[in-house]
Amino acid sequence: MDNMTIIAIASIVTAGLTIAVGSIGPALGEGRAVATALSSLAQQPDAAATITRTLFVGLAMIESIAIYCFVVSMILIFANPFWNHVIAQGAAK
Amino acid sequence: MRLSPDQMIFWQRGFLKLNGTILFTWVLMLVLAAGSRLVTRRLSTDFQRSRWQNLLEIVVIGIQKQIADVGLRRPARYIGFLGTLFLFVALASLCTVVPGYEPPTGSLSTTVALALCVLAAVPFFGIAEDGLRGYLECYVEPTVVMLPFNIISELSRTLALAVRLFGNMMSGTMILAILLTITPFIFPIAMSMLGLLTGMVQAYIFSILAAVYIAAATGGRRARLEAKRPANA
Repeated sequence: MDNMTIIAIASIVTAGLTIAVGSIGPALGEGRAVATALSSLAQQPDAAATITRTLFVGLAMIESIAIYCFVVSMILIFANPFWNHVIAQGAAK
Repeated sequence: MRLSPDQMIFWQRGFLKLNGTILFTWVLMLVLAAGSRLVTRRLSTDFQRSRWQNLLEIVVIGIQKQIADVGLRRPARYIGFLGTLFLFVALASLCTVVPGYEPPTGSLSTTVALALCVLAAVPFFGIAEDGLRGYLECYVEPTVVMLPFNIISELSRTLALAVRLFGNMMSGTMILAILLTITPFIFPIAMSMLGLLTGMVQAYIFSILAAVYIAAATGGRRARLEAKRPANA
């Protein structure tokens, strides 16, 4: 297997694994956060505004981790520097 | 596959490029500034007021209330910055219903610029509120050992702001583009509605996080003085 094949295989497999494994954690965390927010809303409906706002801020924090994994995956597929380098080498030959 | 509006080039001479990001940012600035100017030309304080003035009042009072809820006293000082952040990001996301438009926040340049504005605004408001010494004291807040961690957290918060907004906007447009090549009729509409919802939520999150960071930087001295005061019965 030459360089191009190795880089292609590694990039594709890693991109898939990154987004697959990287969305498990945030999904579980967000589920727990929403569940706790719902139970505290049921306990104290008066504080609904504060709870909702804090819930959204917390969800955005958790979501960022999934977004980081997504960005890495996109970079590996669409803006892969190793792939571009090896393509440039192949074109120069 | 177009990753961002940076790659739509409308005009080019030498190294100066007019790309989609800049053009759509200008369009948004024009809409916001000209629209507000037109609406506020004839403000009235009695019950006979135009519906646009009503709309703007709802928006402004809503933002003021949110800023006050976060813990910033005198929201009028901060609403210029925080309100603009919210309105820009929200309008950038709302205009995706217009065909041919790409949100400029889908380009890393725009989101990094907005995050750098927040990074600069936090010390600015902190020093304006507490003085230079009072602001710098908040970096050694629990103990002096935390100084490097506070600095690192400042930088990583900025990075997280930029990447969070960029990732959400870019993923929305990319999913829409991919779906349009596969099932061109109903499903992309559902996805674009989801994109609108996440755009609104991300605009809210961006401005609320900026408000929380500014509140953390400006509330420090008052909280420290209150803590040092001997507890009276």
